[in-house]
Amino acid sequence: MALLQRLKNLAPRATVHFELDGAACSAQQGDTVLTAILTQADRLRETEFGAQPRAGFCLIGACQDCWVQSVDGPRFRACSTGLEDGMRLCTRPA
Amino acid sequence: MTSATVVIVGAGPAGMRAAEQLVAAGVRPIVIDEAPRFGGQIYRQPPMALQRERRDLYGFEAGKAAAVLDRFTALLPHIDYRPDTLVWQAEGKTLQLLRDGRSEPQAFDALILATGATDRVLPFPGWTLPGVYTLGAAQVALKYQACLIGPRVVFAGTGPLLYLVAWQYASHGGQVAAVLDSAAFGAKLAALPKMLARPSVAAKGAYFLARLRLAGVPVHHGVQLLKAEGESRVTGLTWQAGGVQHRTACDAVGFGHGLRSETQLADMAGCAFDYNPLEQAWLPRRSAAGRSSVRGVYLAGDGAAILGADAAELSGARAALAALQDVALPVSQATAAQLESASRRQLRFREGLETAFALPPRWAAEAPDELIVCRCEEVTAGELRLCAKATGTREMNRLKALTRIGMGRCQGRICAPAAARLLADAVGCELKDVGRLRSQAPVKPLPIRLMRDTVDSEPVPLDERDD
Repeated sequence: MALLQRLKNLAPRATVHFELDGAACSAQQGDTVLTAILTQADRLRETEFGAQPRAGFCLIGACQDCWVQSVDGPRFRACSTGLEDGMRLCTRPA
Repeated sequence: MTSATVVIVGAGPAGMRAAEQLVAAGVRPIVIDEAPRFGGQIYRQPPMALQRERRDLYGFEAGKAAAVLDRFTALLPHIDYRPDTLVWQAEGKTLQLLRDGRSEPQAFDALILATGATDRVLPFPGWTLPGVYTLGAAQVALKYQACLIGPRVVFAGTGPLLYLVAWQYASHGGQVAAVLDSAAFGAKLAALPKMLARPSVAAKGAYFLARLRLAGVPVHHGVQLLKAEGESRVTGLTWQAGGVQHRTACDAVGFGHGLRSETQLADMAGCAFDYNPLEQAWLPRRSAAGRSSVRGVYLAGDGAAILGADAAELSGARAALAALQDVALPVSQATAAQLESASRRQLRFREGLETAFALPPRWAAEAPDELIVCRCEEVTAGELRLCAKATGTREMNRLKALTRIGMGRCQGRICAPAAARLLADAVGCELKDVGRLRSQAPVKPLPIRLMRDTVDSEPVPLDERDD
């Protein structure tokens, strides 16, 4: 279930398509990776130590809590990376 | 004109006003900012695809935001403006910049650091659960992404941001389940005389509180946060006040205890630091003009001391005048004196804020052993106490070496205020006596490929290779 809730009555925006844990998803132009994921899921990743869910904390690029793994290799700092068409992201280890 | 290279780090209120003074004197400053658009955190602008009315974004501050953002926009042709750029190291007269995955050096003659602040956090059990964010994060979600951190939110901790963000959520369709202020209500009254140094700001705080009460939001003072509950995400918050324990159901929590200055670059640039009892933090030493202890390095805005956006505009402009004077350009002494005098009023107000929103004095003593202090490496309060007891460690860098506190990805940005208080409490000394974490490059994590490319690596001659 989504963690973040979008404000209502905003001007419509273009759709951006991406993949989340193998499923086709869509979000909106102007979304960060964090917004795109957390408007449809409730975690960004699991911790290395206890496999506990995490969903970011400071949202201004200071805490480094919100990193997200991409299927293709690189990690993104989700709060400050803009969502791009075709991104393939995963919140759980494969 | 001058051939001096003047670099400003940070495009918030301080950096933008510093740039304005430099341009007026005929200097073309380099303005480096980590964000994609200028404005800093307080006047952060949403992505181009998500434009909204300034009134909607900045509320009462829309006029100030418009003034400084429009001014900077007009100055852009005269500025070497570099957004999306991280300064990851400062050494001697050279910065290391990261942009588009590439690193490059930038030399400077004068450096104005306007690096801003992050939330100061004294954590409570369960704060790592999804749905628990800083107050600043709650505001950024709304301002930058037009999202609420949840439909039903508890705001907790203390500081002016507590009431501002709660009101912003209430007025944007969010349900504010409760506002839980860790400071006592009596403290607000005690602070009034000093807060009246800026009556309109004090009045705004009272307005937010009154509107929240009118909207039926429960507001409690003198609160101790006990635990964020939930399995995979936060579902409720337990807390106590006046000896009575409560539970408030919620989908999200925004909390924080004021702000802390981002001082890493000042540290790496070699600036001397002093303990500031008002902020209960080590801050880079600076003169009223904004000069640091290092020649050619200037400090402005919340990155130098937490005084807020209006003070940041003043100190940014003042630091720029100091830099101009030091490269032998003419400067209006009257303007400089005006800026310094206005800054002093801001300081008196700030003293009032620290009284009104006093940090929970017994936080360290009451923090349970199982509390995770470091989010990055999951170091607990109990482990820090055990280390202090077993090794006799009395100093933050030693504690870091032994426990990895402050060694994770955030470099201690989030955990250091809490860890320092726990250490001081464990050894029974003053907060200032445990010292401060030394800053290390890179300021933030860099791609490992970049480090490899940046290091001067002459190819090993064939006849010297092992294989």
